[in-house]
Amino acid sequence: MNARTIAWAVGIAALIALPFVYRDPYHLHILVLILIWSFAYTSWSIMGRFGLVSLGHGGFMGVGAYVTALLWNHLGVSPWIGIPLSMVAAGVLAVIVAYPCFRFRITGHYFVLVTLALSGIVLQVITATRDYTGGSLGYTPNRTKGSQLLALQFDDKTTWYLIALFVWVVGLLIWQWVDRSMSRYAMEAISDDEDAAAAAGVNVTFEKLKITIISALMTALAGALYCQYQMFISPDTVSGIAVSLQMVFAVIVGGVYVSFGPTVGAIITILLAEFLRIWFGTKAVGWDNLVYGVLLVLFIIFLPKGILGSVMDRFKTQPKKSGEQKPVAS
Amino acid sequence: MQGFLDIFDIYLLEAVVNGILLGGVLALLALGLNLIFGVIDVTWICYAELVMIGMYGMYYLVQFYGLPYWAAAPLTILLVALLGAALHYIVIAPLLTAPPINQLLATGGVLFILQSFATVAFGIDFRNLGIRLPVLALGEMHFSYSRLLSFAAALIGMVSVYFFMTRTYTGTAIRAISQDRQIMSLMGVDTKRIYLVTSALGGALAGLAACLLVLQYDVHPFVGLSFGPITFLICVLGGLGNFVGGFIAAFVFAEIISLGGLFSDLEWGYVLAFAFFIVMMFIRPAGLFARRS
Repeated sequence: MNARTIAWAVGIAALIALPFVYRDPYHLHILVLILIWSFAYTSWSIMGRFGLVSLGHGGFMGVGAYVTALLWNHLGVSPWIGIPLSMVAAGVLAVIVAYPCFRFRITGHYFVLVTLALSGIVLQVITATRDYTGGSLGYTPNRTKGSQLLALQFDDKTTWYLIALFVWVVGLLIWQWVDRSMSRYAMEAISDDEDAAAAAGVNVTFEKLKITIISALMTALAGALYCQYQMFISPDTVSGIAVSLQMVFAVIVGGVYVSFGPTVGAIITILLAEFLRIWFGTKAVGWDNLVYGVLLVLFIIFLPKGILGSVMDRFKTQPKKSGEQKPVAS
Repeated sequence: MQGFLDIFDIYLLEAVVNGILLGGVLALLALGLNLIFGVIDVTWICYAELVMIGMYGMYYLVQFYGLPYWAAAPLTILLVALLGAALHYIVIAPLLTAPPINQLLATGGVLFILQSFATVAFGIDFRNLGIRLPVLALGEMHFSYSRLLSFAAALIGMVSVYFFMTRTYTGTAIRAISQDRQIMSLMGVDTKRIYLVTSALGGALAGLAACLLVLQYDVHPFVGLSFGPITFLICVLGGLGNFVGGFIAAFVFAEIISLGGLFSDLEWGYVLAFAFFIVMMFIRPAGLFARRS
């Protein structure tokens, strides 16, 4: 256990030191993107690992990004207040949609389809309110002159790298916290058999709602950060079904049941997208998603635990029944 | 003031009728999805994308190969039916014993594949058939023939599926499987073959919907997103696998979209439909016409 703590400390120290030693802006940019998306994917996997497959996270991310940007542009509200507000908005949205689902036992296919519709609807709302949000053309938060802490706008990549690193670590800590809490056992019981769990005294609706809200809040934060970093958002890049599916894809490729799985997924997907972009140049439109799609299908058929999950299983050297749903941190 | 009210009512009536006409096509889509869910217990997230491919098929057959609409439509239906069967054979069949969520996500991957395939192969331009059907003027109301035609064809499609299901051996086997999956193979029914036939049938319905939608809407790789979510809502509200429920829910949603679009943008019609859906979940959580077991 002590070795683990030391390994963590060394790893994080190395990551913090990285931008001061290595300053290539392009590579730093990729790293920031990987960290922000890892955080988003981690927040999806907090729900997804318990069988609560949501395709509505594109919606939460869109709410996070757009509410923050709209408050800043139209009302001049600093992102420091706007981001919490946008997270609250995403949380409220999650409750509105998830509460009836959980209360009335809408699970499995039904739940996926309802959340899928949610992300589609958020996309429609953003497009419909084009007078304020710029519609499908996208939206840019008003720029301040130079870096400003109050506006959460920084010109140098190093600051952003550190912010993204911090948030990513917080995301992992939340994952670990959920992993070690009673909620995990409750949720695993629920995902096996809801009736039995309820009979054993688990408050099914409450537990599910709790996990969903945590996940939605984190996703909204990821959306807001992405918006502040990129300074440009469009309905297709932060909301909608494609973004939701992209999250699912990355998490499944990385591994749902291990804490670093989503991060591995983010590294793979973003590097893949960048390589394809460099290979195909401007013709890359569509190719990255084509490769994603094929990989997603292949992974689900042949490697449903993801790359990291399968590698972890190999190392565990348990001869039979190599731990289904067994997370690495134990 | 009186004159204003008269005009308003005419528009209202027109919207109601247009809603019914839209409902026909939506019901067709819901039927295909319900069929596949009812029999194979799989949800094709990529269903609307099959329709999109079908619309491109129509576009190329009519515009590039110069086929008349009537000749192109059966070819398109056949093409999408084959696509549906292939989807089942390649993606779903290996996953039949996996958790249902995995099957659903795999079809999500297919959604990516089809969308980006269309982007790569056909480009992101909006295309249309270039067929302009005349507009029927009934009193002061105007209905496009394309919508009337779609409605009629959708009804014919649904009725023929009904007869197929009730009058043929394969149809009976399909209905039997949807009632009890395990026992049917003991009764000498080749489950694999039935699954394949059902997938092809679901694909054919998507193909038919594509032939009808291409008359009204432009084709682009993301066109599936504009009616996919609403189809899923219809199926959930009607009860997945419940044909009658899906049929009626399709018309309810079409009316909401059409009337909502009358008062505001079309997108708000969709939002209204979603809000209605959430409210309905509180009232009838297991779908509009849940059979109490």
